[in-house]
Amino acid sequence: MNVQSRVKSQWAAWGFLAPIAVYLVAFYAYPLYRNVDLSLREYTVRSFVMGDAPFIGAENYRAVLADPTFVPALTHTLAFTALSLLFQFTVGLALALFFNQHFRLSHTLRALFLVPWLLPLIVSASTWSWMLNSESGIVNTALGIVGVGQVNWLTSPEWSLVSVTIANIWIGIPFNLVVLYSGLQTIPDHIHEAAALDGAGGWQHFWHVTLPLLRPVSAITLLLGLVYTLKVFDIIWIMTRGGPVDSSTTLAIWSYRLGFGNPLPQFGPGAAVGNLLIIMALFFGLIYIRVQRRQQA
Amino acid sequence: MRSSLTRLSLISLAAAVFAGGMAGCTAQGTGNDSPTNYAIWDPYPQFDAGSAWVALLQKCGKDAGVTVTRTGYDTTDLTNKVLLAAQQAVAPDVLIVDNPVISTLAEAGVLTATSETKIDTAAVEQNLLDAGQIGGKTYGVPIGANTLALYYNKKVLAAAGVDIATVKDWASLNAALAKVKAAGKKGITFSAIGTEEGSFQFLPWFWGSGANLTQLDSPAAVSALSLWTDWLKQGYAPNSVIQNTQTTSWQEFATGEYAFAENGTWQLANAKKTGFEYGIIPVPAINGGTAPAPTGGEFVSVPVQKDTARYSVSQKLVSCIASSENSLATTTTLSYIAPTKQVQAKQVTANPELKVWVDAVAAAKGRTGDNLGTKYPKISQQLWTAVQAALSGSQPPQAALAAAQKAAAAATK
Repeated sequence: MNVQSRVKSQWAAWGFLAPIAVYLVAFYAYPLYRNVDLSLREYTVRSFVMGDAPFIGAENYRAVLADPTFVPALTHTLAFTALSLLFQFTVGLALALFFNQHFRLSHTLRALFLVPWLLPLIVSASTWSWMLNSESGIVNTALGIVGVGQVNWLTSPEWSLVSVTIANIWIGIPFNLVVLYSGLQTIPDHIHEAAALDGAGGWQHFWHVTLPLLRPVSAITLLLGLVYTLKVFDIIWIMTRGGPVDSSTTLAIWSYRLGFGNPLPQFGPGAAVGNLLIIMALFFGLIYIRVQRRQQA
Repeated sequence: MRSSLTRLSLISLAAAVFAGGMAGCTAQGTGNDSPTNYAIWDPYPQFDAGSAWVALLQKCGKDAGVTVTRTGYDTTDLTNKVLLAAQQAVAPDVLIVDNPVISTLAEAGVLTATSETKIDTAAVEQNLLDAGQIGGKTYGVPIGANTLALYYNKKVLAAAGVDIATVKDWASLNAALAKVKAAGKKGITFSAIGTEEGSFQFLPWFWGSGANLTQLDSPAAVSALSLWTDWLKQGYAPNSVIQNTQTTSWQEFATGEYAFAENGTWQLANAKKTGFEYGIIPVPAINGGTAPAPTGGEFVSVPVQKDTARYSVSQKLVSCIASSENSLATTTTLSYIAPTKQVQAKQVTANPELKVWVDAVAAAKGRTGDNLGTKYPKISQQLWTAVQAALSGSQPPQAALAAAQKAAAAATK
């Protein structure tokens, strides 16, 4: 290939890249830049409108880190994410293995398990909120029948985080089920046969054959689950508004509350909390990728 | 496999992370660059293009010789929408917005003062106008007012042997609630959710105790919060009030199981649909009399425009919407109490049931009044947090309010 045609094809390559590059800059890079910029300035409603907010460096971050809400919000975020991932993954995997048996009706049943995924979040969260209502909720009615007293699922500081976590686990199971199920499909039958011939029992089969072969898919599932769960907002907001007080406030809820939940918005600190969340997701994601790379090396 | 998997992880990670960031801000144009087209924004999305409300706006435009483009937003969205629009210099010509937001928007420099746009506010009741006045200037005119009172279920009270005429102060209200509970019915429902709605509902009791928003932990304030907390402890009020909005609280009352509900003027139409006999009394103050409830309702205002020549038409539009002649039509459409004595009298003549609401509005107080202005939202946030803390049992009323006062003082310094 001569130099001229190489230059030409390079231009053509850039031409093909341009739409996606413009798209990425306009819809991802610029908003992200604006969010970082918001978090480094002291915005009042006045300076937001006038566009003359003074640059204050890391002051918003310092204020956020020193805020009495920070530590609870961080621990709630971590607990919410860890518990959600643990249960979503194990239940999803158990169901995937179950449906991988291909019994009668397995298709219908599997389809039913996808319902939580198909419902709009506002519908499922409102339904959970009704079911867990202290006075008239079906859960407390059912508990009452077996003699358990009223549990204030959404209105007591002890239970509110547990309740939103349970709802989130329920919503996340179908995603894990679908991805892990398709992962199971990719394991060739002859490997299962070979293991059976070698006399592997059920547990041995699972621990030494299925799980290792499922590792790449599990990694993706957990990674996506982590990022999705860190930023969960709608379920918690609809069910408890992050309350009572801060008892179910996560970083995502706090960020929204600072920016939009008060008639007097605090855009700077709100953006700072949002950025901390992004950094957390990136941090965990990078650790994950590194571990995964080492395992595969 | 390995490298493609890693790349896939990175891409999905990056995509999910970016999607999680707070989205960037854009504002639509309002079409107010045309000299004969005027934009009006309101927080009444429940009224569509065929409603009497929109017909009124169109007529006002026609009378002023312009066309009107009206957009209805959800009330919680409107503040941010307006701030963004003002930032992009595309604010509407006329803005109808919830009254406590006026001081925030005025502080932001988004609104013009009525002295500049020559809007007449002389006939408006002072307690209603308060919420729109900051630093001696007035930033709009109330379109109508609503407030809170106590609805009661006549049948439940009769079964419990309570005469509503005896309920005059907190002690007699407590006695009534005790009787209702003894009769196997539920006492009272209200909304104590952790948002502005929770503060709005708590304020009649807070002010009715003699407390002031500048001192959240005064003994009077503690007595108000203790009243609510004791209701939950005694089982007079359901635990669900902690997450109730005013709508879900109304749904509880509509079951017919509750003796009392604290709710607003806007539920009158729904009250007729409940199928049981109801009555309304003002929220009692601690030692009798009517407690000042917060004023609700919107202000009509004129956002700042580059082209100040537009104000003269905007002024005509505002006068048309809020003028005495049209006020009766406007407030009837929105089921509000009129902001002027004159029109209130007409309303009561047309519908005597409104008398109790006219009295309640007369006793009501603006939330951003007492020259609190933009300090109010910060104080209010601490107040609803204290209410949530006490009702959920995470802190006793005294400690919750002391913490609130400390935080509010720091935030408004």
